Amino acid sequence: MADSNESIWQVMQEKGYSRREFVQFCTFAATAAGLSSPAAAAVVEAFEKKQRPPVIWLHFQECTCCSESFIRASHPIVADVLLDALSLDYTETLQAASGHAAEKCLQDTLKTHVGKYILLVEGSVPIGADGVYCTIGGRTAEDILKEAAKGAAAVIAWGNCASYGCIQAAKPNPTNATPIHKLISNPVINVPGCPPIADVMVAVVTHILMFGRIPELDAQGRPKEFYGRRVHDTCYRRPYYDAGMFVEAFDDDKARKGYCLYKMGCRGPVTYNACSVTKWNGGTSYPIQSGHGCIGCSENGFWDNGPFYQHLPSFPGFGIESTADQIGTAVGIGAAVGVAAHAISTNLRKRQLIHEQPIEPTPTPEEGKVK
Amino acid sequence: MSQGKALSPTFRRQYVWELPVRFYHWVNGAAILVLGVTGFLIGRPMSLAYMPEASQQYWFGAVRFTHFMVAYIFLFNFLVRVYWGFVGNRFAAWNQFIPTNRKQFQEIIEVLRVDVLQTKLRGPISLGHNMLAGTTYFLTFWVFLFQALTGFGLYAPMSQGILGKLSAWIVPLMGGDMAARQWHHAGLWFYVVFTLIHVYLVFYHDYVEGRGTTSSMVGGWKFERDDAPKP
Ligand code: HEM
Ligand code: HEM
Ligand code: SF4
Repeated sequence: MADSNESIWQVMQEKGYSRREFVQFCTFAATAAGLSSPAAAAVVEAFEKKQRPPVIWLHFQECTCCSESFIRASHPIVADVLLDALSLDYTETLQAASGHAAEKCLQDTLKTHVGKYILLVEGSVPIGADGVYCTIGGRTAEDILKEAAKGAAAVIAWGNCASYGCIQAAKPNPTNATPIHKLISNPVINVPGCPPIADVMVAVVTHILMFGRIPELDAQGRPKEFYGRRVHDTCYRRPYYDAGMFVEAFDDDKARKGYCLYKMGCRGPVTYNACSVTKWNGGTSYPIQSGHGCIGCSENGFWDNGPFYQHLPSFPGFGIESTADQIGTAVGIGAAVGVAAHAISTNLRKRQLIHEQPIEPTPTPEEGKVK
Repeated sequence: MSQGKALSPTFRRQYVWELPVRFYHWVNGAAILVLGVTGFLIGRPMSLAYMPEASQQYWFGAVRFTHFMVAYIFLFNFLVRVYWGFVGNRFAAWNQFIPTNRKQFQEIIEVLRVDVLQTKLRGPISLGHNMLAGTTYFLTFWVFLFQALTGFGLYAPMSQGILGKLSAWIVPLMGGDMAARQWHHAGLWFYVVFTLIHVYLVFYHDYVEGRGTTSSMVGGWKFERDDAPKP
């Protein structure tokens, strides 16, 4: 276990980074967290003096794409510093220790740094069948999570799994995969996405390191800075949307010209994420830029909102491909046919009535009552 | 109907729908028509002529703008009607929409018999809304509210307006923007079916009751048989 009494600057020095590189890192961190340039000085100071907090990174029901994303953060020093210098005390995929040694490491951190460590959780927690679907070292995921959450200074849920349950929680959710905020009472920072954007992950951690408190969250526990706007709001294809110029098929001329992918099922208008701003892989591209609609991977229940290539999800309970419009049309036609049949039957009866009813003088009120 | 006897009851004119009710009705009808058409286009845009550049056309933006603008008219028009339910005449009053006593439930059954089994009316029914119609309108009012809530909830991320902020809570409650959109879209079909049946039943009741139901929403007057019991 790394010695947690050092500051990030000290660790960087040990690793051979220059002062210049350190300041670069601080500036990047400040930018990533959305601060203005004067604040960079404060960041330098914080990283020089503040003890870096120990970090525990738990993996439950997941595919490790969040970790994979994290190590691809655009600034190499950021990934390097955060992973090596951030005193990652326990993370199954990256730690050197294994077996009992690793578990001891976890226990040590939990005990010696009560109230100080940051808990990062990747993956959902299956609570079905008493949790047997995910056990580590003989203990259930729920058990481990609850124990680790108790003394955590901050809890971050990485990815759609930990935030909403992702594919494991898709209907019928056989393992009863549960997002972590439903299991623990700590405030949880949800960083959804499948995976989340590397630079967003880095920025969230950096924010906590710099300020010692969690960033501003929205009603769903997501940092507002990155999940405050829809992919659609900053999409570079937006002018085509407003103009009503849509791709009709993935191999048509409109696709080649880069028109809006709305009709191909793009989930950009219902997805809150920073993809069209920060982009991926060091700002190289993002799904829509490569010609594929957004699938809404940072939204709650996105696997159940399919098919992905259809504007609206299929309607629950009416077969895979049936949309609200098809059902509505059927019901509408049914109503029209019913009304027509009713009208015909009324008119047939009307003929009798017309003949039945003589045009005669006004009756007394007593006689006039309809029987 | 007594056999062979001459039957032609006399009627008197009765002012039923005051101007605000009629105004509400037709503004509402027009707004729903526009919202339905623009909403359908938003959900399933057609491929119109394509200009060479996006900057040269804006039809989809215009469709959406129309939807949002009419949405405001729709909502405030509805709110005015709700207000009128407390200050308007007895035919427009809120209690015409909620069946509470035995007589009102009996009227619902009676109208159902007339509408579904096509039996003859066995006695006088309310001059304003019959109780089945009133109850149905009460249901549609809730759907109006639902449509406005999901609509303004979906509108929240693209507007600074207070109504968006007030409705934003519905979206996470429904399970995200996608679900809200799905139900908002499904709402469209409620209006299609309601309008079909509603307009037909207005014509049908005009015929069965012979009290000028259809024209009443234009001029405000209905006809009541002289022999009908006074309210
Ligand atoms: C009778 C009333 C209404 C009907 C029939 C209706 C219908 C529709 C339909 C069918 C859609 C397309 C959904 C989709 O497939 O994406 C839609 C979209 C929408 N409607 Fe409505 N709507 C009504 C009222 C309202 C109201 C009161 C508002 C309030 C602002 C509203 C706001 C919206 C918004 C924001 C969208 C999404 C548009 C977009 O993302 O560009 N609607 N509506
Ligand atoms: C030719 C078309 C229409 C006619 C002739 C018509 C006529 C009427 C009449 C006569 C009433 C009151 C009578 C009663 O309730 O017994 C009424 C009420 C109502 N109609 Fe229509 N209507 C038409 C279209 C629509 C449309 C398109 C809508 C909306 C989708 C609509 C919604 C309503 C509602 C909500 C009420 C209750 C009014 C209230 O608050 O007092 N109507 N309509
Ligand atoms: S491609 Fe998707 S996100 Fe971009 S403008 Fe079109 S619908 Fe919106």
